[in-house]
Parts: sequence; C-alpha cells; structure tokens
Amino acid sequence: MDGLNRLLFSGPLLLFVGAFLLLPSLQIGASALSDGHGGLTLRYIEALGQPQYRTAFQNSVLLSGTTALLGGLLGTLLAFLASGRRGWLAEAVTAFSGVAANFAGVPLAFAFIATLGTTGLLTQFLKQALGLDLYGSGFSLFSYWGLVVVYLYFQIPLMFLVMTPAVAGLRREWREAAEGLGATPFQYWTRVVLPLILPPALAGTILLFGNAFSAYATPYALTSGALPLIPLQIGSALQGNVAADPQQGAALALGMVALMLVSLGLYFALERRNSRWRQR
Amino acid sequence: MIRRLLLALFGLYFLLPLLATAVYSLWAGGNRYDLSAYARILAEPQFRSTFTLSLILAVETVALSLLLLIPAVFWANLRWPGLRTALEVVSVLPFVVPPIALVGGLTALYKGPAWWIGTPQFLIVGYTVLALPYTYRALDVGMRSIDLKTLSEAALSLGSGWLGLLLRVVVPGILPSMLSAALLTLAIVMGEFTFANVLLFNTFAVFINYVGQTQGTGAAALSLLSFGLTWLAMIAILRGSRQGQLSLGGGR
Repeated sequence: MDGLNRLLFSGPLLLFVGAFLLLPSLQIGASALSDGHGGLTLRYIEALGQPQYRTAFQNSVLLSGTTALLGGLLGTLLAFLASGRRGWLAEAVTAFSGVAANFAGVPLAFAFIATLGTTGLLTQFLKQALGLDLYGSGFSLFSYWGLVVVYLYFQIPLMFLVMTPAVAGLRREWREAAEGLGATPFQYWTRVVLPLILPPALAGTILLFGNAFSAYATPYALTSGALPLIPLQIGSALQGNVAADPQQGAALALGMVALMLVSLGLYFALERRNSRWRQR
Repeated sequence: MIRRLLLALFGLYFLLPLLATAVYSLWAGGNRYDLSAYARILAEPQFRSTFTLSLILAVETVALSLLLLIPAVFWANLRWPGLRTALEVVSVLPFVVPPIALVGGLTALYKGPAWWIGTPQFLIVGYTVLALPYTYRALDVGMRSIDLKTLSEAALSLGSGWLGLLLRVVVPGILPSMLSAALLTLAIVMGEFTFANVLLFNTFAVFINYVGQTQGTGAAALSLLSFGLTWLAMIAILRGSRQGQLSLGGGR
C-alpha cells in the first residue's frame, strides 16, 4: 500500500523531472559529442578553442567576474547600511530587492535605455545641465561597462538578500565584548566582523558569478549580439539566424554547465562550512 | 551622515531607471508629455494576443507545477524523507542548467509531435522547470508549518481516503503557500524571454523586445507595466510569508 502511494504521489513529478530536466541535460552532452550520424566526435568541443568562442568566453567570464565582485561588495555594503535600528528601512530595502532581483531581462534593458541610452534621460540631463557628454567620452550603454551598470541592478539586490541574514547575525554583545577587551574599532572589524562575513560573502559572490554568466535576455535586448557573450552565442547557434548549428550550441552549453557545476559546487562547499559555524 | 549619503546613492541608482522609464513612456516628442504611447501600445493587436498568450501559459504552468509538486512534497514531508533530499537537489538543477542551455537539450531531445513542439504549449515544460525551485520551496515551507502528521492520522482514522486528505485537509492548510508560489510563477512566466525567443514563439516578453526595436516610448511603457506586475506579485508574496525568496536563474 505504501509502495503504491509512493508511486502515485511522487511518480508524476519524478517522471517529469527525468523527462524534461535530467534527460535534456544529458542530451546537451550527447549532442555536443555526436557527429549527427550516430558516431562520436570531438569536433564541436575542439571548436570551442576558435577565436570567436574564446573571445565570447573571455567576455562572459570578465563580465560575470566584474559584476560579481562589484555586486558582492556593494550588496554587502547595502546589507550593512540597511541593518540599522530602524526596521522599516531594512524592510523596504528587502522588499525592493526581492523585486529588483527578479526584475531582469528585456524590461530592465529598456529601463536603462530610457535612462542611459543615447537619448536617455540621464544622458540628456548630464549633457545639458553639466556639459558632460557621456557618449562623447567613450561610455556606451551597449558596451562592456554599460552591461556592468545594468547587471548590477539585479546583482546588488541578490547579494543583499544573501548577506542580510549573515549581517543580522552579528550580535551587539560581540562588539561590546571586543570593546571591553580593549579592541579598537579597526581591530573589531578586521578580527571579528571580517572572519564572520567573508565566507558567506564569498559564497554569495560565486552565486552572483553564475547568475551573471547565464543571463541571456538582458544582453540580448541591449546589445543584439554586438558584444559576444556565451549565452548569446548559444542562442544564435540554436536559433539558426545564419545557419542553425545545434551541436555547436550544445558544446557551448556544455561548457556553461561545467562552469555552473564548478561554481555551484564551490558555493555549497562554502555554505556547508558556514552553516556548521553558525550552529556552534 | 556618510551612511545616509551612501543610502541615498543606492536609492538614486535603483530609482532613477524607473523614474526615467516613467518619464520616457509619457514623452510624446518635443516638450509634450501625454499618455499617447500607452494608448498606442494598448491598441496594438499584438499586445493583446501576446499578453493573453503569456497569461494562459502562466496559468497552465501554475496548474501543472502545483499538480506535480503538491502530492510529492506532501509525501516527502509525511513519509519519505529521502524524497525531500532528492527534491532539494532537483530544485538546484535549474540553476546549474540555465534556460539557455536547457532549451538546447530540450529541442535536441524532442523533435515531435508537431502539435506539441510546434505550438507555444511546448513552453510550459520549460516554464515548469524554471518555476520548480520556487514552487518547491514555497510548498515545503507551507507543509512544514501545518502539523501534517497529526492531521493525516486524524483524517485517515476518521475514514477519509488519501485523496480526501490531500484535497480537504492539506490543500486548505497550505493555501497561502500555493498562492505565493502561483504569483511568483506568474511573474516569472510573464517576463520569460529566453525559451520563447530561442523557440521563436511570440510571447509578451518577445513582444516587448520587438516594440523596443521600433518605438522607444512604447517599450518604456511596456517595461513599466512589466515592472508593476513583478511588484504586485512580490508584495503579495511578502504579505503571505516573512521569509524572503531568493532569486536563482529567473528570466535574466
């Protein structure tokens, strides 16, 4: 009876996950290694070394790394700033972060085009009021640094959400204890706060890296492929704008999945250490 | 003092794009500002068709994910802890295999039948996977907040069947969690771009992108609308549960 119930209650979900998540994931690997005629080939994996893919890979890693570091720092800073005595501020920032971390993709791209695009409001304002010509001085929303500015809009809130529990876990007694023992503020921050904050901050930064690396809609709507990034190249290989090359797309996707696996593995290793620490 | 200044700078960074989008969406050329961009967009036949399509897909995704997950999470919490561990792992997978990678695997694996993969209904599969971590977490929190064991024993000993227990006892007990899962799924599906764009289906997000290539003010209006939708869903969820939901691999 129990066995039957087990099958009835969880069978459909397990079947669904197997058919539409696990098998397709394995299929990515299979497609990347298949020559299309039932044989194996390393052609598509080797093609990842071609300059166009290498550039895209470098761009993606750089962009994800930059926005993860900046987002990690700024998100942690925001978590400290909002963790004051006044509860409403922390609550408002949390609520907004929940929205902003989920407000990404095409609408986010257009919100920034309206702000910092060539005819954007801020661009116009800086030009007319302060005589500062952003686009004349080399900035473009549709370039690398433009993307960094846009990505931070969802990276900072995500980091804030990750770091808030850790920052809230810093007890006031610890500061008093440190001060009572004669610690300077500098010593308190470097010897007490930093060791407590660093592991979750590192884990959060890794999460941010993966988050940025897999972003597709935002750079698609912003750059239309002008800046080569791995997700965009997977998209165009699958979509076949020029010539559909699903196997090359699969090889690129395989590289992405491998990178996500490594970063998520690191994240969980760190998280486990952190939670063990917190229990003590 | 420094703290206030920094907070103000953060506020500026996060609010300015919204403000600019609002102003831009009202701009009617020159120095005129009115609601013409909104009127134009709402009159567009594609607006109605794509919005409706995304809404239908969202409702179907909500139905499918709740149908699949409620029984499984119920059973995992009541009788089968091993399944819980498995579900925890599964709810991380959509992050490891992001939408842009998963869509490649799906299209390579399923090449037919045409009545399924040739219609937007194919998207529901991917959307359910996308929503799975959120739905699982919401339902799990809900199930743990009710005394599942006692309730089940009481219902079963009073002669209820398993189906009656699930529908008349468990579901009413976790309604808030179901609602918050449904709203988050709604927000995700309404804004989802990756699957739809690669598979060439004309959903709401694809339409926003299309409008953006041709008329800036219309795109600003639609972006604001989309942001409002996310806001509404988020407020409703925060009202429902105190625990903030993390975002992993949504519609970026």
